[in-house]
Amino acid sequence: MRNIGIIAWKEFRQYFGSPIAYFLSIVIFLFLGIVFALDLVQTMSNTYSAQVLEGTVVLGPLLTLVLFATPAITMKLLAEERGQGTLELLLTAPVRDAELVVGKWLGAALFAAVILALTWVYPVFLQAITKPNGIDQGPLVSAYIVLFLLVGALLAVGVGISSLFSNATAAFFASLVVSLGLWVSGLVTSTLSYMGSMGGTSLWGTVMQYMDFTSHFYNTAYAGRLDLTDIVYYVSIIVLSLFFATRVIESKRWR
Amino acid sequence: MIQVTNLTKWYGLRKAIDGLNFHAKKGEIVGFLGPNGAGKTTTMRILTAYMPPSEGRAIVAGYDVVEESLEVRRRVGYLPETVPLYADMTVLDYLDFMAAMRHLPNADQCVDEAIQRVNLEDRVESYIGNLSKGMRQRVGLAQAVLHKPEVLILDEPTIGLDPAQVVEIRAFIRELGADHTVLLSTHILSEAQQICNRVLIINKGHIVAEDRPENLQARLAGAERITIELAGDTEGAETTIAGVKGVLTVEPMGNGVFEIEITPGKEIRPAIVRALTRAGQDVVEVHSQGVDLEQIFLELTRSDDKSKGKRTSRQQKE
Ligand SMILES: Nc1ncnc2c1ncn2[C@@H]1O[C@H](COP(=O)(O)OP(=O)(O)O)[C@@H](O)[C@H]1O
Ligand SMILES: [Mg+2]
Repeated sequence: MRNIGIIAWKEFRQYFGSPIAYFLSIVIFLFLGIVFALDLVQTMSNTYSAQVLEGTVVLGPLLTLVLFATPAITMKLLAEERGQGTLELLLTAPVRDAELVVGKWLGAALFAAVILALTWVYPVFLQAITKPNGIDQGPLVSAYIVLFLLVGALLAVGVGISSLFSNATAAFFASLVVSLGLWVSGLVTSTLSYMGSMGGTSLWGTVMQYMDFTSHFYNTAYAGRLDLTDIVYYVSIIVLSLFFATRVIESKRWR
Repeated sequence: MIQVTNLTKWYGLRKAIDGLNFHAKKGEIVGFLGPNGAGKTTTMRILTAYMPPSEGRAIVAGYDVVEESLEVRRRVGYLPETVPLYADMTVLDYLDFMAAMRHLPNADQCVDEAIQRVNLEDRVESYIGNLSKGMRQRVGLAQAVLHKPEVLILDEPTIGLDPAQVVEIRAFIRELGADHTVLLSTHILSEAQQICNRVLIINKGHIVAEDRPENLQARLAGAERITIELAGDTEGAETTIAGVKGVLTVEPMGNGVFEIEITPGKEIRPAIVRALTRAGQDVVEVHSQGVDLEQIFLELTRSDDKSKGKRTSRQQKE
């Protein structure tokens, strides 16, 4: 346990010394700021519209951004250590392989949590300008909790992929492919289920729907509902991916 | 402190080490001497619990490297061949991190002591990426001695350093022998001779000799060499020398100089000179080189290679 904390803290600190981290944060804030401003202008100029700007306005684009950002956060974690030979140091230190993997993931998750928490400034700003009525911050809490779990799951997948490579760039592209694959598979499933809803539902359709990565966020938390199924779904991905990474590290010791 | 029995490691279908047996006692500095690819790094990685052996056992500091690997890792300090350091950390941050991972109760004090031992006091705030090779080696050593381990394993600690740094690091390792059991690997014979109490010579995954440096020398004093310098035309001299009974090898070094290897304990220099004179050669100088580990090593590795028809006598240059 203590080892996990030590490794996580080191990774977390190192993010703040790395240019990628700053680049990511700036891109995310700029992009979200632009989307937010456009939405705001549109809503205000459209006075006859019944549409009201919701607190979740930045969450949709944020989800798209994290799909691209998480591979950059995790690419170095294990791949670079292997490439530079520093993994030898960690694997001969009195630390279990699982502690190393979980510590790495936790460091990345803490860093991601800081970025996510900071994006809350947009809803807070919205609240400030829509006084006296204000917007409801309540649904945002559950949305952010599930979004954080979703990001955690993406990071865990990234850690798993990073464990396979000895080069950060290769790990980045492999994680990006998987990340986009999860996203696209969601689109495919929703299209299929849309077509299926016209012809009746099948067991296969239900399974596909349960497996869909983004719908566990969009269908419930995004609309302000906290559903245990979604939490179980993302936590299982985290556990499985980290278990996979640990096994990879272990098996590579033999070679 | 270190007890190795029948240690074998396969990489796929390739056997990197083959049934190694050796031990190291408390306070001993044991040298692991062998050419590149001999299996030194492989053995050290097994002893530090980085990877498990394919067969055999290794007990380090009283614990089995496979069964109780965490206990072993707590008691071992390791400097890998590649000196793994984080370029974007400062020396102090790096050592603090390593100390934290080892759960040292008095971490700050241990870090300070390690820094002092390797004379890095004025570079603690430097980023490791900006340090010279010699400085980095010291950071690696500081990391290895941080927790005052019972066993220190140093893989080619002087490789790639300039001569002044080499002298410094060797002196430091000798100093370490007072408090730690040290196993170090090297492919430089004089280094093993200078630093170690005992030398294991390893080649192609086998230990080919094991003794104190001075005993090894006495035991294998036969690997004696003489140099002969001739004047004028040396045409045919090589064959003449090779024809003398007791001559093992003749190697022309140019400028009329020949290096000759002879069988142990026989004084055949007069016979060689007589044979040369008879053949019309003018002998200017005959010189007997002292025997050192370098020759012993060449001898051992060569006899090991003979069966495979290879010649490695010129490979091992410092
Ligand atoms: N990871 C590896 N995979 C396959 N073969 C390896 C690996 N590491 C070392 N070897 C081979 O094992 C032998 C011993 O290597 P090594 O232990 O590194 O020797 P040394 O450290 O004495 O130079 C060499 O023939 C080397 O090519
Ligand atoms: Mg080596």
